[in-house]
Amino acid sequence: MRRPLCALWVFLVLLGDCLASPYRPETEPLDPEPHETNSIVELELPPELDGTMSDGELVPHHYPAQRAAKVAQHYLNTRHGSPFRWIELHRVNKASLEDLGQAGKKYYLEISLKEVISNTDLGQCSAEVLFSGEQDQRAPQVQCPCEGMQKLNTTAEEEALFQRLNSSDSPVSGSNIPDSYGHIAPEMKPLWHLGAAAASFVMLRESNESTLYNMAQVASITQLETENGQLRFKYHVLLHDMISQEILHWKLLVSWSPAGGVSVLQTEWQPKPAESTP
Amino acid sequence: MEIPVFVVLMLVLLSGQSVTARVLTEVEPRNYDYTKYHPLPEITAWMKQIETENPEVVSSAVYGKSYENRDIAFLKIGLKSAENKKAIWMDCGIHAREWISPAFCQHFVKEILRTYKTDTKVGEMLKNLDFYITPVLNVDGYTYTWTDNTTRLWRKNRSPGTGGCNCIGTDLNRNYDAVWGTIGVSKDCCSNIYHGPKATSEPETKAVVDFVQLKSKDILCFLTIHSFGQKILFPYGHPNIKAPNYDELTEVVNAAAKAIKAAHGMDYVVGSLTEVLYPAGGTSMDWARLVGIPYSFAFELRDKGEHGFVLPEDQIQPTCEEAYEGARSILTYVHDKAFYNAAASITATLWTTVLASTLLALL
Repeated sequence: MRRPLCALWVFLVLLGDCLASPYRPETEPLDPEPHETNSIVELELPPELDGTMSDGELVPHHYPAQRAAKVAQHYLNTRHGSPFRWIELHRVNKASLEDLGQAGKKYYLEISLKEVISNTDLGQCSAEVLFSGEQDQRAPQVQCPCEGMQKLNTTAEEEALFQRLNSSDSPVSGSNIPDSYGHIAPEMKPLWHLGAAAASFVMLRESNESTLYNMAQVASITQLETENGQLRFKYHVLLHDMISQEILHWKLLVSWSPAGGVSVLQTEWQPKPAESTP
Repeated sequence: MEIPVFVVLMLVLLSGQSVTARVLTEVEPRNYDYTKYHPLPEITAWMKQIETENPEVVSSAVYGKSYENRDIAFLKIGLKSAENKKAIWMDCGIHAREWISPAFCQHFVKEILRTYKTDTKVGEMLKNLDFYITPVLNVDGYTYTWTDNTTRLWRKNRSPGTGGCNCIGTDLNRNYDAVWGTIGVSKDCCSNIYHGPKATSEPETKAVVDFVQLKSKDILCFLTIHSFGQKILFPYGHPNIKAPNYDELTEVVNAAAKAIKAAHGMDYVVGSLTEVLYPAGGTSMDWARLVGIPYSFAFELRDKGEHGFVLPEDQIQPTCEEAYEGARSILTYVHDKAFYNAAASITATLWTTVLASTLLALL
């Protein structure tokens, strides 16, 4: 009879012990360390991308490789973009950087891409993106042979659109595409994509290692007279640069035909409109 | 002989996790459309409605005023307790044009209120924690983006330039006292990354700083929601500072990205701000960490640039759903780390007593 009682007593004591000391949640926050703040004070602030990046492998999801890959995306959209084709970078799989001194910086990338409108996986492509050296204010040079493009066949839709816009009595026009709520009228979607393809020419040209461009919005589009078998449009596009967070206004003269692809005949940067003081 | 073992077994059973089925219950405010963007007055009215309809778990407070004298308010959500509770901070809409961000805060509130009675983990979190959720932090900027087509892409707050500079607005996410004014900023008040005349110069910043600083010992996690880019970021924005628990934070955000991908297949890139996006000083995320909050994260919601800030309304719901899974993953980790250390030791104690009593019984 003794042993079970003994065991029960031991158990009750231990249980009581446990219940008596209420658990206390971890109150010590991970100490952000005075030494962290000290190191802020002591540091010399390095300029962005000051060339301390060593040659060789880059982490694919870190920003240097991501920015270079975006430039490859712009390049592909200048070549293959259309009212029915928009190519988007899906992922950077591998990246490395070669410092060519005065000749600039060359990024070697393995990227996977997607055609967004038809949701086509374009597979993996290799890209080389050369950002020119400091003296040379040239546009980045891109090579990106991409076999996946051959999967795309948008001829029928493009021909139909071309015919419709070419023979229509009233030239098409629109503004704020997408609108503030992200909506795009179905008949304006191809012209939105066309605007993005045209904007890619500017985004490609203006890109460097300290920019990351996307087209934020088509502020306005007006169809002009067809010339030389090409539809022509006046576009006012808003570009967003992720690093400066600025919205840049560009006016573009764009021509397009299914056979000829997208061309940008003129570009004009518009300074920020003056702010109204309240 | 059997008595102590029986008692122990009963206790173990009762203390175990009960299995709950997720049952949908209608506790959200009637007629509020979470799949549309709402202007500030509608969000303010919604906050009042949420509070009225859930008095046992929701209260609100105005904790600051904007430059144009609008209220800056949060919803405080949690089961009422006599004791001091640990807390979670979440703010949305620090940048005016990132409309999906306030939409997410509203969705998050709706979800935890809809599920806290039926979802064990949510219920447990509301019992142990108070959630301080600010649906719109930059109330002036947000209002401005609703003015007309030309204002939709505004980012900063609406305070005037100083020192002879004639442009409006400070970038609130460069205005915090965390390596303020160092990198990834501009001194030009016309720039979209203008850091303000000095750290914490802006009333919107001061509101957050004053409240969070007072409660910093209790805040386990600081979440600040942005768009776009599909990223989950942790400190620091300065390239020369690395969080001492960098590896732990990497694991936490990796798990969150997995949870996000499981929702709708979207890829979110994760890492420290300075590595994954850009070096930047003066961010609220960094400041929260430096003030002692151990887990501080910034979300960049959809998309990757196709629509950018003007994300279509038909993407609000899937974006919020995936972000909710990501946030839930992080919050579960943070909560369990704080509240399960002792549970582990309780279980250990119980099993020790089983062994002890068995041994004694055998003697």
